[in-house]
Amino acid sequence: MWDWNYVLDVLPQLLSALKMTVWITLCSFVVSLIVGLLLALAARSRFKPLAYVTKGIIEFIRNTPLLVQVFFLYYSLPLLMGVSIPAFYAGVIGLGLHYSTYLSEVYRSGIEAVPKGQWEAATALNYTKGQTWRIVILPQAIPPIIPVLGNYLIVMFKETPILSAITLVEMMLTAKNVVSQSFRAFEPYTLVGILFLAISYIASLLVQRLEKRMNLLRGK
Amino acid sequence: MPSSWIEFLPTLLKGAEITVIVALLSAVLAIVAAFIAGLGRLSKLWIVRTVMAVYVEVFRGTSLLVQLFWLYFALPFIGIELPKMAAAVLAIGLNFGAYGSEIVRSAILAVPKGQWEAAVALNMKPWQRMWNIILPQASLRMLPPFGNQLVELIKSTSLVYFITMADLTYQAMVLRNNYISWTTEILVLLLLMYFVMATLVSVGVKLLERKLTAGRL
Repeated sequence: MWDWNYVLDVLPQLLSALKMTVWITLCSFVVSLIVGLLLALAARSRFKPLAYVTKGIIEFIRNTPLLVQVFFLYYSLPLLMGVSIPAFYAGVIGLGLHYSTYLSEVYRSGIEAVPKGQWEAATALNYTKGQTWRIVILPQAIPPIIPVLGNYLIVMFKETPILSAITLVEMMLTAKNVVSQSFRAFEPYTLVGILFLAISYIASLLVQRLEKRMNLLRGK
Repeated sequence: MPSSWIEFLPTLLKGAEITVIVALLSAVLAIVAAFIAGLGRLSKLWIVRTVMAVYVEVFRGTSLLVQLFWLYFALPFIGIELPKMAAAVLAIGLNFGAYGSEIVRSAILAVPKGQWEAAVALNMKPWQRMWNIILPQASLRMLPPFGNQLVELIKSTSLVYFITMADLTYQAMVLRNNYISWTTEILVLLLLMYFVMATLVSVGVKLLERKLTAGRL
């Protein structure tokens, strides 16, 4: 029932799709890192309307499924704006935007953990707002949250199969295509599971090691 | 051609019913699995600990959609054919059970050591200690993270669309196929319906939390 010849046949296709999957994950992660920081800053803005609107957007994106958001980006935006978005960009933007709302919470916790004296010191040094963030706050807020960001990178990697719904050819859709030709579903889907498990397990070990090392650096 | 978006509502509500059923059943399974695995990982027997650790790692390490596909499309090849509903509930329930087990485990470990010692001093049997002393305190701590997981679970029920189960997302996509020019209205309606469901759940959990923890934590 487990056909090794079939496995050897399928594996190269899955591995090349794995490369695509990793690439999609990394691009979305960059999007969510940048947008997440912007959301975190906007949610803290002293200009109250901006803060409320940002919090509302975060709540809405967090409380609706990624799958539907991706459908919206892929099917609805072209009708609204008259430009069609390739599946790759719709997927990367969708996944990145969805997790940017999670990362904004992570940034927030990092920013709030910076002692109040640091803000006061920056004021005493007559730093502008931009200088305070760039030179004083963010360099202290971000390093402690790097392991948490790493965990979200793994979570996003595991969410990529959802993007197969908009015909983005990652591992899941590759397996599906193989199955539709051979009518044998057991090996391809099992292999996809094993590949996900192996990579996310190794990645989580790396994140754990990183966390330990960073705790050591900070003298904990 | 529909004259207004109101005409989509009956079909979408029919799908929402399936979504709610899937969410409820998988939430029950997830909580049961979370407690079994969470307690199992604290067991004195290494074999129980190992089995539970493997379950948690496998279900957390592969993605939910892969698990759903595996249960629904791959299992028939070794002679196990599951109905759609069973595959959906098993995949979502076991997946969230694996994440939930960490919540159960850490909440139990967070109960102060004095409580364990007091139970021993009162000559309680291990199950009495767990049932009467530890779990009542631990479950209060579990409530907020379980609430967050429940919202994630509701969102994840949209994945049953992939195995062509007639849930909210599936119904919406069928409508979209029939009325392409109404795509935006249908998808916005779909987003709003999920948002309402998720918000109701998170508000409900917060109210419950406030009621149960009043004067305790």
